[in-house]
Amino acid sequence: MKVKVGKKILSANEQYAEQNRRFFAERRILCLNMISSPGSGKTSILTRTINELKGKVKIGVIEGDIQTDYDAQRIKATGADVVQINTEGACHLSAAQVSGALEKLPVSKLEVIFIENVGNLVCPSAFKLGESGKTAVLSVAEGDDKPAKYPALFAKSKALLINKIDLLSLGAAIDFDIEKVKSEVGRLNKTIEIFSVSAKTGEGFDGWCHWLAEQAKKTNATNCK
Amino acid sequence: MHELSVAQNLLATISAETAKQKSRPIRAKISCGILNAINDELLTEALGAISKGTSCEGIGLEIEHIPMRGLCKKCGQEFDVDFSKCCCASCGSMDFKLLEDAPLILEEIEFETG
Repeated sequence: MKVKVGKKILSANEQYAEQNRRFFAERRILCLNMISSPGSGKTSILTRTINELKGKVKIGVIEGDIQTDYDAQRIKATGADVVQINTEGACHLSAAQVSGALEKLPVSKLEVIFIENVGNLVCPSAFKLGESGKTAVLSVAEGDDKPAKYPALFAKSKALLINKIDLLSLGAAIDFDIEKVKSEVGRLNKTIEIFSVSAKTGEGFDGWCHWLAEQAKKTNATNCK
Repeated sequence: MHELSVAQNLLATISAETAKQKSRPIRAKISCGILNAINDELLTEALGAISKGTSCEGIGLEIEHIPMRGLCKKCGQEFDVDFSKCCCASCGSMDFKLLEDAPLILEEIEFETG
């Protein structure tokens, strides 16, 4: 006997995600879910972004890692508010975890909240967290074939940061065609903003920080209902 | 790797339906979109492992993958997006919009009869 069901399997996560989305909308907070492979430089990008926008945009961070609070400590050293989530083995954050973390952040004084997801190019994109948008990071050391091999994240992101561009000076040793990546990502996603940066040297951060500040301003000006 | 958390949610959804039927579930059919990034083998294995000792032990799993849909801005047709080509399947235009990805759905459960 066959029974039609037609129910969403991740509805529990989606309910939390919707609750988070409303939470951000009511407070006019821009929330970006940052997703990349491990080691692409998410935390370094965040610490530099926080420092460059100090006194201009108030940024808080939710850090997702399988173990340790290493990343949260690096964020804390900038003076920004941060909450660490340890997933104890899980390869992605869930909306319920984010919801719990929001209770520990001084949200009333924040304009932007970054969720640094667990380093993984696949699984985190399957779980909505209630974010305003996803931000992908790809470092040049990972190779320029990643958008073709893992199209889902690049197709659905609001912004892409191509990081570690200081390494491009190594030429053939890195073998990363930045124009190829831009055109491939541009084909997958017509509205994505792409920034080529180096979190180490600060190159390209003017454009990225300007865009981020504009997005925060736009979110702040939107009608909250 | 996230298949384990998907399996836990799936088992909870199947168990809730099974409780209403008073019969053993033999097979479940689910559908998912590309962003769900489901590996069939991993999900089947995870469901098998966590359903041991429950009313759903031994349940089979059928997984349908739904392609992402695009809406062509030139000819107005909706089409299945082939990420290796990234153009409208009808007119070839590269100017299109990606539509919302299909969610993970428990479509159907087959129960033992008699």
